[in-house]
Amino acid sequence: MSEQGGEKGGMDLEEETSGVVKKFMFVNRKAPHGTIYALEALEVVLISAAFDQDVSLAFLDDGVYQLAKGQDTKPIEVKNFSPTYRALEGYDIEKLYVERESLEARGLTEDQLIVPVEVMSGEELARRMEEQDVVIGC
Amino acid sequence: MINEGPYSHQASDTAYQFAKAALAKGHQIHRVFFYNDGVNNATKLTEPPQDDRHIVNRWAKLAEEHGLDLVVCVAAGLRRGLVEENLAPGFRISGLGQLVESGIQADRLVVFGD
Amino acid sequence: MLHIVNKSPYERTALASCLAHATKGSAVILIEDAVYAAVKGGAAEAELKLALGRVEVYALGPDIEARGMKGRVIEGVKVVDYGGFVDLAAEHRTNQSWL
Repeated sequence: MSEQGGEKGGMDLEEETSGVVKKFMFVNRKAPHGTIYALEALEVVLISAAFDQDVSLAFLDDGVYQLAKGQDTKPIEVKNFSPTYRALEGYDIEKLYVERESLEARGLTEDQLIVPVEVMSGEELARRMEEQDVVIGC
Repeated sequence: MINEGPYSHQASDTAYQFAKAALAKGHQIHRVFFYNDGVNNATKLTEPPQDDRHIVNRWAKLAEEHGLDLVVCVAAGLRRGLVEENLAPGFRISGLGQLVESGIQADRLVVFGD
Repeated sequence: MLHIVNKSPYERTALASCLAHATKGSAVILIEDAVYAAVKGGAAEAELKLALGRVEVYALGPDIEARGMKGRVIEGVKVVDYGGFVDLAAEHRTNQSWL
């Protein structure tokens, strides 16, 4: 996973996908570090950027912990991938939706998140989910 | 998309039954993509007890009968020691782009995981 | 949208979160350990019955039978086989797994 951003070269895209733009949403509901799901979901997100799709990320339930500021994984000797969320902008992935109810239930506020996001109600988030073509629960 | 390993979790079993039912109804399966611990569905070293289902071979057989494209994520595979040397017949190793491409080309993408 | 839930409501919050986000007219299918949510007399019954007025709820028969819960499914929950699961995925433009 690169944190450089903006790199779209090196992908051998097949002809059939060119021109098709679908709305992809990755729904992140799991906390980082305890399991690998958050990290490997982020790797899919980065690859999806190369396909020029309309990509959004939703963070709800324990998924909001992925965006917590100040994560220091040195004591547990695992990779800290949280800075990568800040690199998403460089991949033209700018739709990061965070559910307000999930933040509040965990005592978190928007300013405690590592990256600018759009905080919205569960109802609004549900509406966005309905608008998608492909929803990948992570 | 299958995100859990065989035997530990029902995801691969459910996905298999879903795939079989879809094929029986005349649907086409664009691809089966193995990710996270799901890559372990593709190791040829798998030897379940005689009286249990052989999840790896079962996928390979379904693929052979219906021309399915069984793709194992290279990055997730490398992490877990799943490489060409221990890859079961019927599977191939490729990049995550294959998953995104399926999402674009197929009418439906169903995720089976934990 | 078809929502797919595979977790027991007594261990994880997937079903509660799914029902909180399933819009009117969508469908929910309970598979694997989530079928325990569809069993009569459980603490999850009230939540599921409340949802039944708003969304269609299905449960995967093979998973119910495997867990010894046959014949104990809450009224209003439709039991389907794998073919029915496929039909639901086909009928709905999108689906989402609440993992």
